[in-house]
Amino acid sequence: MADLEASTPSLGAMGGDVRNEVKKPKKKKVLLMGKSGSGKSSMRSIIFSNYIARDTRRLGATIDIDLSHVKFLGNLTLNLWDCGGQEAFMENYLSQQRVHVFSNVGVLIYVFDIESRDVDRDMATYVSIMSALTQYSPTAKIYVLIHKMDLIMTQVREAVFMDRVKLVRQKTAEFLQGSNFAGGDVDLTPFATSIWDQSLYKAWASIIHDLVPNLSVIESQLASLGVLIEAEELLLFERTSFLVVSSWTSDEGQNNPTTDRQERISNILKHFKQSISRFTGTPRNAEQFTLMEHKAGGRFSIFCLKFTTNTYLMVILPPGEARFNAAKLNCQIARESFKFLDGPISAGGQSSAA
Amino acid sequence: MDSPLRGRDPPPSWRVVVESCFGDIPVFSNRARQQQKDGSKATEPSTPGAPAKGKPRLLLMGQRRQANIPKHIAKSGSGKSSISSVVFHKLPPNETLYLESTARIQKDSMASFMDFQVWDFPGQIDIFDNPTFDIDAMFGEIGALIWVIDAQDDYLEAVARLNVTILNLQRTYPNIKIEVFIHKVDGLSDDYKLDIQRDITIRIQDELSDHGFENAPVTFHLTSIYNHSIFEAFSKVIQKLIPRLGSLEAMLTNLCRTCRFEKAYLFDVLSKIYIATDNAPADMASYEICSDYIDVIIDITEVYGSWPRSKGYRESLEGAPWNQKLDDQVASNWAESCMVLTDANRPIMLREVDKYLALVAIMKDDSYDKMPLVNMNVEVVVQGLKEFFDITKPK
Repeated sequence: MADLEASTPSLGAMGGDVRNEVKKPKKKKVLLMGKSGSGKSSMRSIIFSNYIARDTRRLGATIDIDLSHVKFLGNLTLNLWDCGGQEAFMENYLSQQRVHVFSNVGVLIYVFDIESRDVDRDMATYVSIMSALTQYSPTAKIYVLIHKMDLIMTQVREAVFMDRVKLVRQKTAEFLQGSNFAGGDVDLTPFATSIWDQSLYKAWASIIHDLVPNLSVIESQLASLGVLIEAEELLLFERTSFLVVSSWTSDEGQNNPTTDRQERISNILKHFKQSISRFTGTPRNAEQFTLMEHKAGGRFSIFCLKFTTNTYLMVILPPGEARFNAAKLNCQIARESFKFLDGPISAGGQSSAA
Repeated sequence: MDSPLRGRDPPPSWRVVVESCFGDIPVFSNRARQQQKDGSKATEPSTPGAPAKGKPRLLLMGQRRQANIPKHIAKSGSGKSSISSVVFHKLPPNETLYLESTARIQKDSMASFMDFQVWDFPGQIDIFDNPTFDIDAMFGEIGALIWVIDAQDDYLEAVARLNVTILNLQRTYPNIKIEVFIHKVDGLSDDYKLDIQRDITIRIQDELSDHGFENAPVTFHLTSIYNHSIFEAFSKVIQKLIPRLGSLEAMLTNLCRTCRFEKAYLFDVLSKIYIATDNAPADMASYEICSDYIDVIIDITEVYGSWPRSKGYRESLEGAPWNQKLDDQVASNWAESCMVLTDANRPIMLREVDKYLALVAIMKDDSYDKMPLVNMNVEVVVQGLKEFFDITKPK
């Protein structure tokens, strides 16, 4: 997926293979589809426009297609198509606008409302969308979000989710068999989501994760930085959405029993961004803080700093004053090596952290 | 040494104690039963009826609601149980809709810097008509009476009942503080809020002066559980119960002057009630940001501070190049935190005072560079605060 308006940083030895991706194809679409009222626009507003969950009540129904270009990490632009889900629109997409909507799609995000009363009908719509998609964009990646999971009791949530996913997979398989789809199997990734907790960040972080160019370079550089400063964990966030772009965890850090920590931290920081914007009276999409540090006595220390123009870096460290200060300095030096995240072209971002 | 700001193992230490001192009232509340279960697990349930020595008490009272009918069908109560659930049990405000009506007195003991009790009275009990109540046991201890009035409802009856209560109390317990929460004001316009407050104030003061009580200790607060106003109001109530609050405030004011802080708050971490602040004019916005900052630190600590690192790992951290015990590597054993806002480079700082309290302050522009100096000054004030609580704590 790296060719979604990918850029080519000259990274010397480290990113030799990335160099081949100079070609700049037409921007691929990210389609957001699902039945009317299933929560597509709500989740989009929360992730990309810094809404908080209860603000989404103000949103009205999406009429036709809401087109937006979301800037992500400076050099990646998401061409997001939020498609209104009322039946009249759906029919329109499938008939008159079929080519217009379904050609050149990179990612389809299909949202199911778990509370929906008419599951059969949902599935029928889903299958017709699939048929249009496989016709015009057979290589598109498909994410299925089972949404509004907060309405299901916690004890049965997992079971209900698995059940629904099984049904979706089964319908997809039936359709593929019937249509003799040439591409073989379709790659389908399911997520259980809710706007009221961090699950939404998990789904979107993983969708975005696949779209970020030069991911392997980011990962290997993060890892060398992490080892160098003796960190337990590094999290690299995108500036406005606070989605985790990439992360690195030390061997010890992997024992942390909180497995959903990345999306939890996204959620926490994003909520606090709202508080700051209320306090300072600045717009909520604006940058709100430059540095946060917390030293929890002899247990751990943590800091989160403005890293490159479009990212924040959060570092979780073992306790120790000297270690903390050294790590902070080293991260500031390491900025240089991550500059390629910001612009399409950067010259010689190849100095390693001291 | 568990602390919400540095890491902890079990969840918050609220103890819920439900006592059945009024056996003649039938139990029809699931909530009461549920809490009774919790209560049986509580470590030290106090003896029924007898007030715990030295524990200030807050009494929550207000108008009745039709018993035993869920709130969304019946006319709802004034919101007493919702208030105590939101403030003391961290219930999300939108879930208070499902609380059942309170059938008996709920007594919540709050383990905090100063142990105090919150008694939630069922609206339908008239304490002065009911001979089974031991009025003396109830109002004998110094505390505050919080009277909750639903601002979105016809409040004349509630005001009348409040007047009767105040008159009854003034004769025997003139020292009890009466705090009127004009509640559910979210959604009302600012003008309308003030109109209601003026109207209620006049009605109560007229009635009291007719009976010869001038300057009765009655205070009014506009509150809602959907924003920080309820915490602000509780903070003001609690502050009245703190002995020698003035010295506490003087310490903070001094710190603010020395370190050029804009505003400093001393917070009770778990309830987010502030027990003291400096003498700069208080504004809601700075309280909100400080309170939300505590939340951030608690949440992050829960993710990264709640699991033990392996022994081998900790030992490897003590090796080269540091060659020092891990305990000696840290500068402070208490949580220290700081966040620099982009807006004018203003830092917000937080410092843990003890198990329950934290000092949170908003600093002036560009003072992050002086953080080490600030930390030293804060350290001195924290020592002073600890001495203060040692001296004033009830013996």
